[in-house]
Amino acid sequence: MAQIGLFDIVGPIMVGPSSSHTAGAVRLGLAARKILGSEVKRAKIELHGSFAATYWGHRTDVALIAGLLGMGMDDERIPRARELAHAAGLEYSFAAADLGDVHPNSVRIYAQGSADAVTVSGSSIGGGRINIFDLDGFEVAVDGTYWVLLTKHRDRPGVISEVTKVLAVHGINIAFLDVSRKTRGLDALLLAQTDDPIPDLAVEHVRRIPEVTAVRTLPCF
Amino acid sequence: MQITSAGQLLELCAQRAQGLARVVAEYEAFRSSITVQEVRERMGETLQVMRVSVEKGREDQGRLSHLINGYGRLFEQAGREGRLLGGSLFRNAILYALSVGQYNASLGRIVACPTAGSCGVVPGALLAAAEELESSDEELIEALLVMGGVGIVSAAQGPISGAEGGCQAECGVASSMAAAAVVNLAGGSPEQVFSAASLALQSHLGLVCDPLASLVEVPCVTRNATSAAVALSAANMALAGIPAVVPYDEVVGAMKAIGRAMPESLRETSLGGLAATPTGKRLAQEMRERHQL
Repeated sequence: MAQIGLFDIVGPIMVGPSSSHTAGAVRLGLAARKILGSEVKRAKIELHGSFAATYWGHRTDVALIAGLLGMGMDDERIPRARELAHAAGLEYSFAAADLGDVHPNSVRIYAQGSADAVTVSGSSIGGGRINIFDLDGFEVAVDGTYWVLLTKHRDRPGVISEVTKVLAVHGINIAFLDVSRKTRGLDALLLAQTDDPIPDLAVEHVRRIPEVTAVRTLPCF
Repeated sequence: MQITSAGQLLELCAQRAQGLARVVAEYEAFRSSITVQEVRERMGETLQVMRVSVEKGREDQGRLSHLINGYGRLFEQAGREGRLLGGSLFRNAILYALSVGQYNASLGRIVACPTAGSCGVVPGALLAAAEELESSDEELIEALLVMGGVGIVSAAQGPISGAEGGCQAECGVASSMAAAAVVNLAGGSPEQVFSAASLALQSHLGLVCDPLASLVEVPCVTRNATSAAVALSAANMALAGIPAVVPYDEVVGAMKAIGRAMPESLRETSLGGLAATPTGKRLAQEMRERHQL
């Protein structure tokens, strides 16, 4: 049985009105920004289910923009997120969308920075907790509890073992490991959730593996 | 170290010859790899956020809320003009709970306790009682730790969301936590702490979650205030030695069973109860038309 956190009950400290529709939405926006790894310049936000139906009452839209601007769920600037986005040069658009058989509080965010872009889909699953279930078309399950190493690589034998060897050498323990691909032999994705932060040197070593085309680390969020 | 029920938590206290607050602090310290002192400091920060949310909520004009506005201000003004009944404890509990609920609806920074929808109950009852008792911050932190223990055993055995258990699982659990905290602050025994929690939750059993127009406003904000008043009543009865008869763990079990028997329309879907009244439907329709995506 999981231990219930004292500050999950007497807390979290958050900007209202709803932990699932406001606080969780801030975290989803923030997750997209952290995954992008730089300032978001343009965002296309698609709201699914209950998010699309009740966003206005719980300010899910404002909360998502706040997260994209880098705010956490207790940031008192959240109510002013739209004007702050304007000042920061963040362009955004909202639409309703059917993301399929997913949690009712779900969103798909296409976030574009000055050099890079990501598409992140995630759900707010209650009490401010979130789950990212799709990253650039790859199925994942990230809740922001752990550090994450993410690689895109060519689907060849031995790549996974090379990557995990680097983590082992740096003394990093893997809590969860997911591997997926779209087509055999083409683009694949590795997602390791670790108990320890991943140092830049480890990232550099992973980057040098010939089949690896992209490496990214995610902090907890 | 685990905290699974009120009975087991009281046993832990007896085994370790420690008070409830100390056991809860050690539990959290162990769980999150920090020191007991750091747990207490973090609780002190939480207390501070509660206080600020009361102060800001009292002044809130409801610019960002939809169906309610300025509830704290209205209540405070009536008190100043001598139009209200009761002493300062009772009146302040209502005022503080309304203020925090109003502030939450206005995108203010609050402590979800245990949820955002029930965030006014604990600051309402506890901060009003602390003023009457002239409690120190250290005593308040103790009370918040004890109350956290009550919240943890509630969450370990039952729902704490309106979607799962109705409002009894939000304002009801918040009220039992608040009653427990007040008893601890007033010097009651650990047994009285859980009697108060039990009595408060008993008075919320069956309460449905039926907010108008899917907002956290009507009836949530005024319900926070009544739940704070129930917490004070339960605390006083427990301090008088009136027994809860049914132990807290069993009341949480009853709440869980009632939540399961509740139709989905009465669990935060805004399809039943007050949300389905002619007024509820009209307001929801007006809101929808104003905010078409």
